[in-house]
Amino acid sequence: MSEQGKTILVVGGGISVMTTAIEAAEAGYKAVIIERNSYLGGRVAQMNKYFPKLCPPYCGMEINFSRMRSNPNVRSYTLARLESLNKEDGTYKAAVKVEPRFVNSKCTACGECEKVCPVDRPNDFNYGMDTTKAIYLPHEMAFPVRYAVDGAACKGASCGKCVEACKYDAIELEMQAETVEIEADAVVMATGWNPYDPNKIDNLAFGKSPNIINNVMMERLAAVNGPTGGKIQRPSDGKEPASVAFVQCAGSRDENHMQHCSAICCLATFKQIAYLHEQNPEIQAYMFYIDLRAQGKYEAFVQDVSAQENTTLIKGKVAEIAEDGATGGFIVTAENAVTGEKVHQAVDMVVLATGMDPASNEMRAPVSLDYEMSGFMVPSSDPGIIATGVAKKPSDVASCTQDATAATLKAIQSIVRR
Amino acid sequence: MEKKLGVYICTGCSIGDSLDVEALNKVAGNEYSAPVCKNHGAFCSDEGVQMIKDDIADGGINTIVVAACSPRVMYDTFDFGEERITERVNLREHVVWCQPPNDEDTQMMAEDYLRMGIVKAQKRELPEAHIEEIDRTILVVGGGITGMKAALDASWANHKVVLVEKSGQLGGFARKMYKQYPKSASFDTLQDPEYASLVQQVEADDNIEVILSATMESITGQPGLYTAKIAKEGGTTEERKIGTIIQAAGWQPYEAEKLGHLGYGTSPNVITNVKMEEIASSNNGTIKRPSDGKVAKNVVFIQCAGSRDPEHLPYCSSVCCMVSLKQAEYVRKSDPDATATILYKDMRTPGQYEHYYKKAQADEGIFLTKGEILSVTGGTDGNVIVEVDNTLLGEKVKIEADLLVLATGMKPATALTMDEDELEKAIEEGKAAQEAGTLDKPFREEDVGKPPILSLDYRRGGELPHLKYGFPDSHYICFPYETQRTGIYAAGAVRAPLDTAMSRTDAAGAVLKAIQCLELTSQGKAVHPRAGDQTFPEFFLNRCTQCKRCTEECPFGTLDEDEKGTPKPNPYRCRRCGVCMGACPERIISFKDYSVDLIASVLRAIEVPEEEDEKPRVLCFVCENDAYPAIDMAGLKRLQYNPAVRFIPLRCLGSTNLVWIADSLSSGMDGIILIGCKHGDDYQCHFIKGSELANYRLGKVQETLERLQLESDRIQIHQLSINEYEKVPEIVDQMMEIIDDVGQNPFKGF
Repeated sequence: MSEQGKTILVVGGGISVMTTAIEAAEAGYKAVIIERNSYLGGRVAQMNKYFPKLCPPYCGMEINFSRMRSNPNVRSYTLARLESLNKEDGTYKAAVKVEPRFVNSKCTACGECEKVCPVDRPNDFNYGMDTTKAIYLPHEMAFPVRYAVDGAACKGASCGKCVEACKYDAIELEMQAETVEIEADAVVMATGWNPYDPNKIDNLAFGKSPNIINNVMMERLAAVNGPTGGKIQRPSDGKEPASVAFVQCAGSRDENHMQHCSAICCLATFKQIAYLHEQNPEIQAYMFYIDLRAQGKYEAFVQDVSAQENTTLIKGKVAEIAEDGATGGFIVTAENAVTGEKVHQAVDMVVLATGMDPASNEMRAPVSLDYEMSGFMVPSSDPGIIATGVAKKPSDVASCTQDATAATLKAIQSIVRR
Repeated sequence: MEKKLGVYICTGCSIGDSLDVEALNKVAGNEYSAPVCKNHGAFCSDEGVQMIKDDIADGGINTIVVAACSPRVMYDTFDFGEERITERVNLREHVVWCQPPNDEDTQMMAEDYLRMGIVKAQKRELPEAHIEEIDRTILVVGGGITGMKAALDASWANHKVVLVEKSGQLGGFARKMYKQYPKSASFDTLQDPEYASLVQQVEADDNIEVILSATMESITGQPGLYTAKIAKEGGTTEERKIGTIIQAAGWQPYEAEKLGHLGYGTSPNVITNVKMEEIASSNNGTIKRPSDGKVAKNVVFIQCAGSRDPEHLPYCSSVCCMVSLKQAEYVRKSDPDATATILYKDMRTPGQYEHYYKKAQADEGIFLTKGEILSVTGGTDGNVIVEVDNTLLGEKVKIEADLLVLATGMKPATALTMDEDELEKAIEEGKAAQEAGTLDKPFREEDVGKPPILSLDYRRGGELPHLKYGFPDSHYICFPYETQRTGIYAAGAVRAPLDTAMSRTDAAGAVLKAIQCLELTSQGKAVHPRAGDQTFPEFFLNRCTQCKRCTEECPFGTLDEDEKGTPKPNPYRCRRCGVCMGACPERIISFKDYSVDLIASVLRAIEVPEEEDEKPRVLCFVCENDAYPAIDMAGLKRLQYNPAVRFIPLRCLGSTNLVWIADSLSSGMDGIILIGCKHGDDYQCHFIKGSELANYRLGKVQETLERLQLESDRIQIHQLSINEYEKVPEIVDQMMEIIDDVGQNPFKGF
C-alpha cells in the first residue's frame, strides 16, 4: 500500500489505545500515543482480573507490550496532553504538552532513588489506599519501565537525595514541561472513563466510612500488587469482612446521576464475588441489582457465580446505607422488587458498583467532536477523527478491543481514501 | 554468517557489587574464547552503547551477548539491527535481584546464565526471509450486514473482494426486518433497515465481485496463496485466488419447534420474533395476527425463549430485549389502543440502549415485568393464556394474549456444521438409534449437522474450530479476532451474538486483521502474537516416521499430510509457536533461532556440581509470555528464591521436546520444572493448547521415569499466571523439598 508509513495519532493510554496503536503498526502505519498518565495501560492496568475468564490483564498487556517492543512504528508520550489540534492541507498538527517526569530515559529502574526519598504521597494507582515515595515506579508492569517524580509532592532540589543516589544521571528535578508538535494523518480519540464520583450519591454514604468503597478500589484490594497484597479486608480495621453488600447502578440508570447503563458493573460485581469466595467461601455476598446484565457468553459466568453458596441476589435498588452502631458495618436498606418486602441487610463492608463516566466530562479534548447526552463522543463529521472505546460508549474490555481494531481500519481508510 | 562474538557484562544495577565480574569475564574469555569481552558501569548509557557499536563497526562483532538486565527492558537501547544476533543475559532480575550478593551460589548462577546466553548466541542463526508474491483479494463468506460491510470496508482500504452468498440476494436476515431499533443518539427513534443502502453500495463498488446462490466447494492453500473453489447454482464452479478470508456466515434463529413448553404450536398466534418482523413488514406496520388477520390488541412477549436456558441455548442472545422493545413499539403504533406486555428474566439494554428502555417504560401501553413462565395454554378465539409467577405485579398472574411473541435467540451458523466424516458417522448413528427404537422422535438428517461452510481443505477440518456454543474464537477478551486458523477471521453473529451495530464494527475489525495478515505475510513475517517473526519451521523429512504428531498437535492447522502421512508445511499458516517442534519424537523440526538442539545445548551449558558438593540443580522451562515476566517481577520485588534453579524461556511450553527432559536427567539435573499458562476451558495460553500439550507429554515421560526407577516427582509442571509472581519462590522451594526427600539424581557424574 502506497499510503504506508503515514501516522495515526492515538489519544489516551488504555486498552483501546494500545490496541489501536499496535494494530496500526502491524498493518504498516506509524502510531503515536499521547497519554496523560506516567505509564500505558489505563484502567485495565489497575484491574485484578478480567471477567469471565478471571485471567490477569497483565497477560494480554505483556503481549501488547512485547509487540510494541519489537515494532519501532509505535511511539508514545506519557504525562502528555493534547493542547490543540489543527488540520492543514489534510494533515493534522497536534500540539502536545508533556509534563515533566523529572526522570529521563537513562533510568534503569534500579530503585535506589526510592530508598532515599523522604516524602510519602498517596498512591493514585491504588486509588489512594496506600502511599508511594514522591519518586516512584507506577506499577510492576509500568510501560515505560521508568520512575517518575510527583512534582506536587517532591521537595525539589532543596532535598535532592534521589539525585545523589542515582548513579545514572537519570533524575532532573529542574525538568520543565515542553510542548511537542506532532503531525498526523488521522486521529483516534480513546480517552476512556473515570469511575462515577460516589461522593455525588448522597444516599450511598460514600466517604462516611472507609468501609464503603467502590468497585475499582475493590480491584486494587484483590490485586496482589495492591495496598493489601491481594487480601480483601476492611480498610478501617484490616479485618476480613464476613459479609459484603454490592450496590449496583451506583450512579448509573439514574435520573439524578447518569442515565445510561454502564454495561460492565453487573459482571464486575460477579467477578468480585468470585474474588471474595476464592479468598474465603464463607463470606456472605449480597448483590442488590435492578437487572442482571450479562450479554452473550457471559451468562455462564453469572450462572456459575450465582450458584455459589453464600451468594444472595436481591432485585431491588438500594435506598439507604446507614452505619451500624460501632461495628464498622452497615445496614443496607432496599425494597425487594419481586416480593415487595423491605430488606434491611447488615453487612461488614459495602462495594458501590459505580459506573463509567466518560473522561470527556472531566475535560473535553480540543478536538472538534460532538457528544451525546452523557458525554460520550458521537461520530465526527471529519472521517479522519475517530472515537473509540469507552470514550464512545460504555464497554467491557472485549468490546473495546473489538472497537479499537475497527477504529484502526477507519483511520487507515480515511488516509487511503483522501 | 561467520560469527564474531562480543560479550558485554554490565556492572550497574548492583550486578558489579554482587558478583565477581572478573570471574564472569573468564567464563567468556576462557571457556568460550570470546574475542571481545568488556565491562561497563552502565552499558545502557550512551557511552556503553557506543562502546558496543564501535566494536561492531571497527571490530566486526556481529554476535553480541549483553549480560545486564531483562530483555524486556532497554530493548531499544540494545537493538543492534536485524543483520546481527543479539542475546540478552538476565543477570539483574534473574540473579542479583533475587539472590544474596557475593555468595558462591549466586556467582554460579550468574556464570551459568552467561554460559547459556553465549551458547544460545552461538547456536542461533539469522532468519532467512521466505517471500512469495501473494494475492491480496479478500474472500468474504456471507452476504448479510456483516458480510456486506466487510466487503465495503476492505474495498475502502483499497482491497479487492470476492463476496459469496448462499442465497439469491444480498441482505441476509436484515431483509426480514421492518425497522431497526435505535443505534445512535438520542437512542429513541426507530430506524429504517440499513441493508438496502449497503446492497446498493456493494453492487456499485468495482472492487467487489458478488457471487450469489453459491457456496464454498473448497479452500486450499495458505494466507496470501489460497485458491477458493466456489460452487454455483446449476453445478458450475468458479475459482478465485484469495489472500485472506472473512467468515461472516451469520446466524439462525433458535428452533421454535423446540419451545413447546412456551406454547409454540398451541395456536397460530404463537409466533417468533422473526415472524413478528415479517408480519410488520408485510402489512406496513400493522400487526395482524396469523389466525384471522385481526389487528392484535393484547400482545405478550416472552423473553429468553430458548436463551439463558441450559436445556436450549445456555448463553444470552444479547439482542432480544431490544428487539422486543422495538416490537412493542410496533404494537403501539399499529393500534394506539393495543397493549404490549414483556415478560422478562432481566431487561438487558446495556449502555446507551438504556435510553430506549426508558422510553418504553414511559409508555402507558407497554407493561414490563420480570416473571417466570409457568404455562402457556390455548384459550378461546385463537388466544393463549400465559401463567406467570413471581412477577412484579404479584404471584401467579394469568395474562390473556391475542398474539404471543417468543423472543427466540441467535445461533451461530457454524453451530451445526460438521466435517464430512463426522457427519456421516453421526447420520449412521442416528439411523441406527432410530432402528433400535431408542429415539423419542423421528430421526432427521438435517438435525444432525451440516457440511462446513468454509470447506477448508485442511487436515484438521473444514471449519474454523470453535470453543463454547459453536462460536469460532480464541482469546475474545484481549484479542477478539484471534481464530485458530491464520488468515481467516470470523465477524458478526457467527462470532458472538451481536446486533447489527456491533456486527458492522466487527466487520471492520476483522477486515483490519485480514489486511494486516496480508501485509505481514507479504514480508514473510508472522502474525499475532509473534508478529514480525521471520523464522519458519524447517522439516528434515528424510528422518520423518510419519507419526503425524506434528500435524495433529499444531493448534493452527498449519500442516497437511500426504497420503503416507508426511507433513506438508504451509509456512504462511504458521504462527511460530514451536508446538510441532515439541511434538516431534525424531527432532526433525527446527527454526533458525529456536530448535531442539539449541535448547539442548543451552541446558548442557549449565555446570552441574558433583554429588558430594551437595549443590542440586533444577532446570526450569518457562513460557516466555507469562512465566518469564512473572519471574522478572519477582526480581523487581526482590523476592528471594533458591539458587539451584536455572530458567530457560520457551516460545510456548507446548514446544517442550521430551528429549530435553532426558538430556537434563542424564546431565545430572536433580529436578525439572515446567511453568506454563493456565489451561482448560478458560485457557490463557496464547497458542491455544501449548501448556495443555506439555502437560500431556509430561504424563508420558513420568511413566518412563518410573520404569527407569527414577522418581517421577523430579519433574513438576505448574500453571502460573503472569501476576502470580509471588508463587515463584514457592514453586522452586517445593522442588527443593522433593529433592531433599528423594535425594540427588543418581545419574549425576555418569
